[in-house]
Formats: sequence, C-alpha cells, structure tokens
Amino acid sequence: MSTLEFFLAGTLSAATVFLLAALGELVVEKSGLLNLGVEGMMAVSAAVGFVVTFETGSHIWGFALAGLSGVVISMVFAVVAITFLANQVATGLAVGIMGLGLSALIGREYESRTITSPADLVIPYLSDLPLLGPVLFQQNIVVYLTFLLAVVIGYTLTHTRLGLAIRSVGEQPSAAHALGFPVYLIRYATVAFGGLLAGFAGAYASTIYTPLWADGMIAGRGWIAVALVVFGTWKTGRVAFGALLFGMISLGELIAQSMGARIPSQLLSSLPYIVTIIVLAMISTNKARMKLHAPFSLGEVYDGSEGR
Amino acid sequence: MQLRFEKRLHQSKIMLLAAPFIAIALSVVLSCILLVVLKKPILLTFHSFFIAPFENFYSITEIFLKFGPLLLIAQALAVGFRAKIWNIGAEGQMVIGAIAASAVPVYFVDSTSGWLLPAMIVLGALGGMAWAAIAAFLRTQFNANEILVTLMLTSIALQLLYFLLLGPWKDPMGFNFPQTVMFQDEALFPALFSGVRLNVSIIFPILFTIAVWLFMEKHYGGYKLVVGGLAPSAAGYAGFSSKKAVWGSLLLAGFAAGIAGMSEVAGPIGQLQRSMTSGYGYSAIIVAYLGALNPIGIVFAAFFLAVLHIGGDVALVSAGLPISAVHIFQGMILIFYLSAYAFVNYRLRVVQPVTQPDSAVSS
Amino acid sequence: MPSVEPVSADSEPLLSLRNITKAYPSVVANDSINLDVHAGSIHAILGENGAGKSTLMKLAYGVVEPDSGEILWRNKPVDLRSTAAARKLGIGMVFQHFSLFETLSVVENISLTMPGSRKKLARRIAQVGADYDLHVDPAASVHSLSVGERQRVEIIRCLMQDLKLLILDEPTSVLPPQHVSSLFAALRKLRDNGVAILFISHKLEEIRALCDSATILRGGKVAATVNPNEKTAHELATLMIGHDIPQVEARANQVDLNKPLLELSAVSVKSSDPFGTDLKNINLSVHAGEIVGVAGVSGNGQQELSRLISGEHVETSAAFDCIRMMDKPVTYLGAVDRRQLGFAFVPEERLGRGAVPPMSLSKNSLLTASDKGMHRKGFLNKPRMDEFTQHCIKEFDVRCGGVEAEATSLSGGNLQKFIVGRELSLQPKLLFLSQPTWGVDIGAATAIRQRLLDLRDAGVAILVISEELEELFEITDRVYVIRSGTLSPSLVTSDVTPNDIGKYMIGEQQQASVTGGSHAT
Repeated sequence: MSTLEFFLAGTLSAATVFLLAALGELVVEKSGLLNLGVEGMMAVSAAVGFVVTFETGSHIWGFALAGLSGVVISMVFAVVAITFLANQVATGLAVGIMGLGLSALIGREYESRTITSPADLVIPYLSDLPLLGPVLFQQNIVVYLTFLLAVVIGYTLTHTRLGLAIRSVGEQPSAAHALGFPVYLIRYATVAFGGLLAGFAGAYASTIYTPLWADGMIAGRGWIAVALVVFGTWKTGRVAFGALLFGMISLGELIAQSMGARIPSQLLSSLPYIVTIIVLAMISTNKARMKLHAPFSLGEVYDGSEGR
Repeated sequence: MQLRFEKRLHQSKIMLLAAPFIAIALSVVLSCILLVVLKKPILLTFHSFFIAPFENFYSITEIFLKFGPLLLIAQALAVGFRAKIWNIGAEGQMVIGAIAASAVPVYFVDSTSGWLLPAMIVLGALGGMAWAAIAAFLRTQFNANEILVTLMLTSIALQLLYFLLLGPWKDPMGFNFPQTVMFQDEALFPALFSGVRLNVSIIFPILFTIAVWLFMEKHYGGYKLVVGGLAPSAAGYAGFSSKKAVWGSLLLAGFAAGIAGMSEVAGPIGQLQRSMTSGYGYSAIIVAYLGALNPIGIVFAAFFLAVLHIGGDVALVSAGLPISAVHIFQGMILIFYLSAYAFVNYRLRVVQPVTQPDSAVSS
Repeated sequence: MPSVEPVSADSEPLLSLRNITKAYPSVVANDSINLDVHAGSIHAILGENGAGKSTLMKLAYGVVEPDSGEILWRNKPVDLRSTAAARKLGIGMVFQHFSLFETLSVVENISLTMPGSRKKLARRIAQVGADYDLHVDPAASVHSLSVGERQRVEIIRCLMQDLKLLILDEPTSVLPPQHVSSLFAALRKLRDNGVAILFISHKLEEIRALCDSATILRGGKVAATVNPNEKTAHELATLMIGHDIPQVEARANQVDLNKPLLELSAVSVKSSDPFGTDLKNINLSVHAGEIVGVAGVSGNGQQELSRLISGEHVETSAAFDCIRMMDKPVTYLGAVDRRQLGFAFVPEERLGRGAVPPMSLSKNSLLTASDKGMHRKGFLNKPRMDEFTQHCIKEFDVRCGGVEAEATSLSGGNLQKFIVGRELSLQPKLLFLSQPTWGVDIGAATAIRQRLLDLRDAGVAILVISEELEELFEITDRVYVIRSGTLSPSLVTSDVTPNDIGKYMIGEQQQASVTGGSHAT
C-alpha cells in the first residue's frame, strides 16, 4: 500500500468511529434531546466490546454486548432526562462521568491486552482498482455498514413518516402530543438508538480500529461526535462529511511521524480539538442559520403540560 | 391507575433540602450491589469511606486539603450554571493556572524573594482567566457552544502540560520523569500546622465563598445573572447584557480554577506534574449540583465529596477498591440527585381512569 | 336555567359531557360541566378569559384528561385518552395557537396524521380546499404562510378525515374582519353537511350571528345554555361576566403635535429570526397626550417592531438618529438607557419576558424598576423593593399573596395588572404596550384601558400594538396598520371603520386611496 492509499483508507476507518456515534446523537437531537453522555456510553461499550471479544474470540458477540451496554447506559439518561424532567446538560455529564468510571472498572484487568482485528471484507474485482480499490473496497464490514446506515438515516429523517414524527417531537413536543404522537415513547426510542450506535462506535474503536485496551482510549472522540452534529447543522450528509474530515485529522499524528516531521506530538494530538473549536466557531457564527436548522426544542424539558 | 408528574405551584423547600440526602442514600444502596458484584467487603468499604477519614487529625486535615479546591471551583461553576452558562472545562482552566504559576519557580529556580508566592497567585489567576476567556470570546463573538469549547480546551491544556513536562520544563535532575523541579520553600504556601499538608491557601475558598454568597444573594449583579438563567427573554427585556453574563461567569470560573491549580502546585504537590488536577474540575460540577447551586449548600457538598476523595484513597488500600468505583459512585450521586430534584418542582399524582377500562368504542 | 333544544338536530347528541371536572394546581378550570353537542349544529362555548373554555375543548379532543366525569359519544361512554382516539371517532380540532410545525411543508404537516403518499395528499388538500373555498398551496412551507392560511391548513387537516365534530378555539381572534365572513361561510357549509361544530369564543356578536346554541361558562362552571339568537348581546354579557360589560369613559382629547416623544423615520431592519418578518421603511410618531395603535394580523412584523422600539434589538446598521425618544436619538441605546429617558414597555409575553416566572413579585419589581432606589452600590435594598411592590399591588388592585408571591401563582389578568402597574410606577413620558389585554379577564382589561386613557389625558405618549380591533377603536386617537413589515399611513381612528383597517390588514388598500383622513406627522 502506498502512503496515500494507507492514509485514505485509514481516514475512512477512523471516520467510522466518529460517524457511528454522531449519527446516533443526530437522531437523539432531532427528537429534541441533548445527550452529552456520548463519551461515557462509548467508553463503557468499548470496554464491554473488548472484554467480550477477548474472552469469546467473537467480534459479533463483542459488538452485540457493546451495543446492548450502550443502550443500557443511554436508558439511564432517558429515565432521568425524560421521565424525571432533569436538566439535560447536567444529566448527560453525570452519565458521562459514571460511564468513564464504569469503563475503567470493566477494563481494569485487561490493560494493554490486545486482540486480533477481523479480516477486512475485500470486494472482488473492485478492490483491484488502482487507489480506489484499497481505499474503498478493502475495509472492515462495519465501515461499509456505517456509511450505508448514514444513507438510511438521512432518508428516514427527511422522507418517511417515522422521520417526520421524530422531527415533530423535536420541534414542538406539545403540538406533537396534541396531534397524538407518543412524545415520551419516541424520545425513549431515539435515545436508545443513540445508545446503540454509541455502543457500536465504542466497540469499533476498541476491537477493530485499535484492538488494544487502554483506559481512557476513547479520548474525547465522543465529544467530537457531539460537535459533529452541530458542525453538520443537523444534516446527515454534512455530519458524514465532518466525520471524514475528523478521521483525516486524527491520522495527522501517524502521518507526520511516518514523514519524519519534527512537530511535537502533543501539538498533533491537540489538532482534532483545535480544529473542533475553530470549526464550531465558524459554523455557529451565523445565528440565523443555526436557529433555522437546530431542532426548535433542543435541550428543553417537556413536562407534558399544555401551557393553558 | 397511572402516575404522572404535575407541576407544583411553589417549589418544595423540604424536597430541596432532602434531595441530596435521598441521592446519597440511593447511591449507597446501589453501591452495595456493586460491591457484591466486585466481591469487596461492604462493611470495610463503608468504614474506609465514612469513618476512617475522621479517625486521626492528619486525615482530617487531608479532607480539608481536598475541600479547598473543590469548594473554590464549585462556587464559581455554580454561578455560571445558575446563569445557564455551562463551563465544564474548569479542569483545563486549573491546569493552565498551575502552568502559569509554575513559570515563576521554573524560571527563577534560585530566587528566595518574598514576591515569588504573590506573583504565582496573580499568574495562576490570570492563567485560568485567560483560558476561560477563549471560551467567553468564542461564545460572545461567534456563538460557539461553551460546553464543547471548554471541554476541548481542557484536552488542549493537558497536551500543553505534557509538552512542557516532557520538554522545556522537565527537571534535568529528575531521572527523566515528566515533572518540573521541586519548588523552593518561598514558592510554597506555609502549612497551617507542622506535619500536615493543609496550608494557608484554604483561606481563598473561604473568602471566595463569602464573596459569592454576598454577590448571589444580596447584589444586583447576581440577580441579573440569575434572571438571565431563568428567563433569557426577561433579561433581554430588562436590558441585562447576556454577553456580560457570559464573560463574567467564565472569568470568575477561570479565576477560581486558576487559583485552585496554583494552590495545588504551590501546596501539596510542590511541583508541576502530570496528575496535578486530581479531577477536581469535574468533581466540582457534582459538588455544585449536590449543593443545589446554592453557596451554602455547596460548602456541605464540597465537604462530602472531599470525604469521598479521602475515603476512596483509604478504600484503595484497605479494601482494594479500584479508584474507578469512586468515580462511578460520584456519577451515581449526581444522577440520583437530578432525579430526586424533579420532586422539588413537581409532585406525583395518581391519575384515575375516567370511565370503564374499555378503550374507545368504535361507533 | 332554560335548556334549549338545538335548531336542526336529531334527538341523540353526538358528544355529551357529564359532570366533567378538571383541576389544575392553581385553579379548578372545569367544575361539573354538562354539555350536549348535536350533529348538524354549531354550538358555541362562550366565556371570558379564564372561564375554562380552552380546557373544556382540550378535554373533548383528548389532549387532557378530566379528573372526574364521563364523556359520551352517541350516548356510549368513551375513553378519550389521546387525540388519536378522538380523531378515530371523527373529532377534529383547530387550535388557537396552531399545532403546525413551521419547518415542515403543508403536505408534510398533514401527512403527520393522515395515511397516504404525499402526492395523493396534496391532491386531496387541493380538492378539499376547492370544496370549501379554503385555498392553500400544499407545497408551501408553513413558516411562509400567514396566520389565516395556517388556520385554513388546520381546518383542511380536520376535513380530510371522516369528520363528525369540529372544534375551533377562538378562530376569529387571529383574522382580519374580511376573512371572518369567509370562515363563517365554510363553517355553515360544514354544518349543512351534517357536521357538528364546537365554536369557542368570547365575542358576543359573532356567536349571535353564527351559532345555533351556546353554553356559557363562568368561573369554570356552566352559567347557562341558551339559544344565542334569542338573546341580546347585553343578556349574553350579563350571563358571561355576571354584569354588563364595563365601558371605559372616553373624553375629548388634546394632542400636543409639537411634542413628538417617539419618532421612527425610515427604519428598515432584517429580522434575526429565520421565520421572522423584516421591517421595511417604518415611519411612525407618537406625541405627548395621544394614544397611537398599531393594528395587524399577528406575524406581520409586530414582534420585530416591538423589540426595535423597546431596545431589546439594537439595529447597529441603522442611521444614528432614525429612532428618537424624548427628542434624543436612541437608535444605538439599549433597553436600560431608553428607560432612563422616561420610556416604559409592557411586552406581550407576561411570563418569561415581562416577569420572571419563579421569582417573587418583589424581585420582579427589580427587573425594570431598579433605579427607584432599590440598590445602593449594587447591594439590594429589600425594604425599598417591597415598598415599591406593595404600592403596585395596592394601586392596581393586584390579587395575590403579597410581595413574596411568585409570578407564576398569579392569574393572567392579575399578573398583567402588576406588570402594567410596575411600568406606570416608573412615571414614564412614553409608554409602549404590546397586546396589553391578551388573555386578560374583562374586568382587568377595562381597568387597564381606563388607566391608559387617564395617562393620555395627563400628557403621556402611548403606543399600543394590538390584534384586537375593538380595543384599538376604544382607546386610540390614531392607528397604523402593519402588514408584511410595512406600516400604513397614519389613520385617524374616528374617521375610519373596522373594515377600512381590515383592508390594510389584508393588503387590499394601497397607499394612494385612504378612506379616512390621514394626517401628516
């Protein structure tokens, strides 16, 4: 593989972690909830995914239980923020703090252990294409499924009745209730879906992307996923583009090292965070556009009262 | 029969006081289950957490050593939270405060001047404020979400810390450990009693608490911030500047976190090193909430979490309890607190079925 | 209490409420309500603000559940636990504040509750629209529609199901006079097709014109069930509020035309809200000793205009003296500075803008009256705050639990009296009110209007934005009409009729032909 091929293929793979988590958060936010616990959910399921894969040797079991653990953690958020009407920012942070602790606890016997990552799915003929072949057609199956999922979610949100229902709940929950939508049920479902995808993202990070357990390995990627939703102004295509961009940036450290550049590694490690801040500022500065695209009731508590 | 939350006409003062205790009680119950799963001795663990920290004088001074930074940062964060300005990067502001303060002893290794400590205090405060100012600037000028910005800034601050400790500021005689030189005595706060680490910097959180209490309860400025948090449109109508609120609460938090970071390196640690923050920046968020964002409540909450920090250290040794269990416990307390808080503004009401249980008749 | 047989209906009622009670923490909204609605008739629910009309309708549509009592559909008990259950029975509702989603198109909104592909739905929308003269573009985004068009969408949405009962909550309060008659025509056509209609209103004349029977609510209870055609407006009013509608005493008035206290000259503002209305070339003046009104259908720029005048929005791109107050340029001044010049403002939203909901009245005084000695070097003077608040409560007859009562614990009318009282206690030279009597009971509304007239006579300049034409005709000396962000010329109120104003509201009247005398300002 040439450096360029390696770089581009790596970008897709790195982007998958961001994209999975961001897609989940996108759906959650479309229904009007802000779940800041993504980092914590990813951390827990990364640990669960790693431990299960390590013990069973099966990536499928690893993913399944990681997804399940993501759902379980997300339900903690749902119960507190939806049923107990708590402030969503604080609830998300609490779930995040608890998740990081749980992750360390689950993975503490496995520090620095490794597992083998599964073989890539090589698509016959297409993978022989120059450049495109190794980049697009020699990836893990999760990479293909994630980008397929992005298309499905984008279509569902904009073109189906289910998508309309989710958006209406995120715009004006009281009006959606008046029209007969089960607001609480829809919100529980989106949060669970977000937890599932965060779980998969964590499992992908710990069992396929870097199949090695180290405490704190999610390293802010959950937060970047939250930022990606803002970056993409709540549109699936732009979120996917953002995920690719950040996938590329997160490879910066590897690339610079391979090219022998003498840049402090700490600066390269900071790069994703610095870019997040700059991009966030650039996107957010147009207040009218943010207001136009953001779900109208994002982050607001809905207590079911009619506001007589 | 169904249960529903119904808004109360007035906040329940009893629930407001009871919520933290309910949260702690529920967390303790749930932790017992966790301890059983981990096969750890329950009684010994609780002894380590809630009794051992009070068993000797040294240990009690250690509680207050943790109490200081938690109180200082939580008071400042609570001001912002009441104005709905979500600074969750106190950890980073603390790091930068510590770095800025450390520059003095790092560059004036041999100085014995009496100005060392005052200079460090000023630089620590300015460092923390400068770091918070980035978030304030981006929020007011570019509308950038301060939650994400302060968080990202924390990651960047840590990378800066590692860069300095591995590079230019590394102690040349330090066997290649990522840490600076040990600071000279003139750059350290004097201990309150001989033989303990608790030092005079405890005065900062105490003075700060009084100032914050006066500001929030008795001052027009605090009132403006609270209005901005409760009803942004009302603040706009009254003419209170939302930009000033953002700047004010972020700079206040940067100031407090900077002083806290400075007090750590000029206190118990005595040098700049990797794990200098002890996670105070995050724990302070829990303290702020558990104290109901109230300056007096926060004093008790900070004390409780300080005990938890010390108890965690004891339990690590005595019961082999991993430190991550303490983090889980902290997260649990906040989760239960937020749930219990629902009963402050709402009450549960039983909804009776209106007619016979059959659903709508189809006509 | 006479019970009247409906005019044209079969003997079996379609929907019956039996002893329905619904209490909220602060008030019993509905107290043992009994009500029958028959197919092929228009039944009015009449009552003043706070009488429990909206709650009753939400009960009938399954949005809220009663605490006790029984709902019957064709004499069989039903469990109206959700709006879906209500719709399944053939009940449709048009809300006062519409339940449409701004970011979605008309057809998307309708497809939220109707099965079928969007193409088919679009065709049916056009079909139903043609049948009832309710035209609307299915592909249009809701945020681009006028209030009247949004109402049409809601009605069409109801008509597209197998509609047996249509509920309308204050449907005329948002319409210009001209559009009211076409709405009524559509409703009569529906009635003739056998649909039952529940029509909620507090306007006596339109109920007499339209409805076959009326249930009158007072304080959450049924005061009477009558045939409105057989009653005079006076009799209905007496049933509704227990006595005759109080009238404000108007007096002849002297305007000091040499003393403009508010002047806007050629101001244009781009709305910061993506769904808002841009203001174009606004010219407006208010003089000492006059009340000037701004009429118009909501959503035509009133929000933007009020924020511009109040100083909540400072337009930095405008010329520095294009807004003047008390003869000083204030374009770049914020709300606090304008207040110091003698300006006071009563916004339309009481909770959350005019008052901070969970705070005490005393602390709510501090919101705008801080300069009345309420702090010294920033430290609050609680006795002064309480004293000021107590004065407002007494002077303006605010019924509340004292200075420590939370703003949320007050009824709409009492909170409005408090806010108006607070602003008047600032002794303003220029007073600006937006929707001063929205959702306020008749007693409080009359008191507020009387107060405004007294102030005018004392030489205060007053600007009132209102959607209630009756109110503007009652108190103003001049009116402007706002439409799509532009203002009509100034009209002398006594020279024009509601219909003239209505023409400006819907854009039929162009600048050139002014029926009433407009005077140059």
